[in-house]
Amino acid sequence: MTMDASAPVRGSHRPGGAARFALWSRRLGWRHAVMWLVVAFAIFPVLFVVSAALNPLGTLSSAQLWPTGASLANAVDLFENTPFTTWYGNSLFFALSNAAVTVLLSALAAYAFSRMRFKGRRVGLIGLLVIQMFPQFLAIVAIYLMFSNIGEYYPAIGFDTRWGLLLVYLGGALSINTWLMKGFFDTVPKELDESAQMDGASHAQVFFRIMLPLVTPVLAIVGLLVFISTINEFLMASVFLRDTDAKTLGLGLYQLVASQRNANFGMFAVGAVMLSLPTLAVFWFLQRYITEGLTSGAVKG
Amino acid sequence: MVTVDTDNAGAPSPGAPARPPLPGGRFAGDGSIGGRLLKIALLGLVTALGVWAVLPLYVAGNWWGIGLAVAVVVLVYWIYLSKRTVPAKYLLPGVLFLTAFQILPVLYTMSTSVTNLSDGHRGDKEQAIAAIEAFSVTRDPDSPEYVLTVATTGDAATGELAFLLTDGQGNAHVGTDEGLEDLPRAEIDPSSGKVTEAFGYTILTPTEVNARSDELQEFAVPTESGAGIRSSGLSSAFEGSATRVYDEDCDCVTDTESGVVYLADDERGAFYSEEGRRLAQGWQVGVGLDNFGRFLLNPTFASSFFSILLWNIAFAASVTFLVFVVGLAVALTLHVPRLRGKTFYRILVVLPYAMSSLAMYLLWRDMFNTDFGLFNRMLGLQVDWLGDAWSARTAVILANVWLGYPYMFLVATGALQAIPRELGQAAQIDGAGPWQAFRHVTLPLLMVAMTPILIATFAFNFNNFNAVWLISRGGPFSPENPTAGATDLLITYTYRLAFNEATSQYGYAAALSVMIFPRPTRSPSPSPPPGTGTRRRCR
Repeated sequence: MTMDASAPVRGSHRPGGAARFALWSRRLGWRHAVMWLVVAFAIFPVLFVVSAALNPLGTLSSAQLWPTGASLANAVDLFENTPFTTWYGNSLFFALSNAAVTVLLSALAAYAFSRMRFKGRRVGLIGLLVIQMFPQFLAIVAIYLMFSNIGEYYPAIGFDTRWGLLLVYLGGALSINTWLMKGFFDTVPKELDESAQMDGASHAQVFFRIMLPLVTPVLAIVGLLVFISTINEFLMASVFLRDTDAKTLGLGLYQLVASQRNANFGMFAVGAVMLSLPTLAVFWFLQRYITEGLTSGAVKG
Repeated sequence: MVTVDTDNAGAPSPGAPARPPLPGGRFAGDGSIGGRLLKIALLGLVTALGVWAVLPLYVAGNWWGIGLAVAVVVLVYWIYLSKRTVPAKYLLPGVLFLTAFQILPVLYTMSTSVTNLSDGHRGDKEQAIAAIEAFSVTRDPDSPEYVLTVATTGDAATGELAFLLTDGQGNAHVGTDEGLEDLPRAEIDPSSGKVTEAFGYTILTPTEVNARSDELQEFAVPTESGAGIRSSGLSSAFEGSATRVYDEDCDCVTDTESGVVYLADDERGAFYSEEGRRLAQGWQVGVGLDNFGRFLLNPTFASSFFSILLWNIAFAASVTFLVFVVGLAVALTLHVPRLRGKTFYRILVVLPYAMSSLAMYLLWRDMFNTDFGLFNRMLGLQVDWLGDAWSARTAVILANVWLGYPYMFLVATGALQAIPRELGQAAQIDGAGPWQAFRHVTLPLLMVAMTPILIATFAFNFNNFNAVWLISRGGPFSPENPTAGATDLLITYTYRLAFNEATSQYGYAAALSVMIFPRPTRSPSPSPPPGTGTRRRCR
């Protein structure tokens, strides 16, 4: 299947129109047909949500696959009737701060695991993998009980606060991502940081000045992954954030269509598009960012 | 978890390549002035956080908590000031978070799973007895009355209630569920006798009091000798004697009105009468492996547990399989040089993966809606997609295939491009047809790269809470078994037991979590890296 495309065209004569079409459809035409089917499957929900967002009536029952009109009524409704900006702000706060801090903590740990030899290094690396078998969200019952106690002592990090939930998210900062980073750190030649040390750089300077610039691709990937998963996180957030103003956009949208599904669908569609925008932007960024391994050729001879 | 000894830094350890020690130690140099200033500032911040953490603990007299906070601060100082703890400097921040919010909760889950912790079994036995006695308070003819002001120590809507009480002499007291204390520095309105201001308490407005009137009904302040203070209306309270009195000698509660004796059952954590009636307020006790026994041995729970487990495996396996097949098929279709519009196809095909999955699950749920949904309207049907067990299962799988295949497509494309074309061409020369060449040459090579990713996808979908909760909430539920739905995964079932039922059964839910733990699961955060390594490899 994969190789007939690269097979040389046999025969030296130029085939006629009909024969050429037959050849084309056998080699490439069916591929276009299949791809159109897949594309239709891929984009129809996206088309539906965009046209529902623009739909002037704003109900689920009147939303069509193809836009029937262009109106900003739903967006205006969403801004006026719900604390949309607060929700959006909360979502972006969690996603951005969790991504940033996770990248920092993970990179610090990956640097130690990749560049230093110390007692407990192997145990630590394997321990990180073992902990992955006990994912944090399965301990949700315990986290809930823990934070109902913590909230009594420190209302600032209790339920319905940003900092409390962020702390819980950061509990997952060292994870499989640290392994991913450690693997990338290992590909940076040791001669680079060793020569910096010879020049009198401290370990912190080696980390911040030499390593971090060289491993930006993996930092970007991990950051973007954490960003996407945090903005779509529902389980922890639904347990932690009960107050309307404390909710993230995802929770808010869930609540919006939980009761008034038909009537609020237009508003939901606008919110869904808005929630997808950061993710789309992040993907666009990722596509362009990860182009080549930066260290290839850093050490010659 | 990680023991650190930097005397070995730079020395080869087993499994690490041997490296010559560097002159002046592994890491020479002292760092810049700016770096040192930053370090001092960060240590100052840690100290400030420590002080902030200790203050409320000191007020509450929690010495264990204070010890822990001080120990953490001392550990931070030691590690960042010593020259011998270089690796620990880099590991400590992440490990602290990991310990506090992942390892401890997991251990706590395990310890909760052998208790009966639930609504009605939250505190210890003393608290339960105090609550029983206070709730049974009835009014005596000569009982003292108080003017009542309702206040709270926390948030107006959720904080713990406190009664600010003004007695006949105009002295203020504060009553909580722990007892009655004097309140010397309260300001009292002379005409109504209500407390208008008290340090440390937020006084609720009448509207806020009304909103919590149910709680108020059940709130009682225990006083000495089995008496208690309850509210009557929103602005007065009375002290009365308890009709249910605890007797330490027989370890029982006697109802003085009806004469019924409730004996303490320390195994079940509640008081039971001879007829088997129990008092609502119980306490937390260890129940050993009862919670586990419940879903393994009790027929109702066991059948829901095993049917959910079966569907959970089937769900994860079928999503993984379908996502792999579709993703690979699309990748193979596009894996040909000089296909016009390849970039265009690629962008559109990957689009589902770039949308917010949370919003898209909700969108799919609404497309399956019976009355207004897109599918029923376009097809002219009136099918209750999410109301029937099998159509709901199909719907959940379909939505997940839509969201999941683009990732497989990206990975498969990368893996295909890493396979040298010569191999396929050689097979062709040997007389293999396209299918044979794919089956015996391409696919085996592909599986080497794809197998770890398939395992990861399976593990991710095994606990894919959003996929089920946002589309079907675990439903539809059959009338025979209203707790376990047809599309329930173990994680959604656990979540509903702990947070969505009328009574929260934390102990049982924790036992279920422990049962889900030992699986090859990934953390929820990394959905597998989209085209990361693959992209690098193919250029």
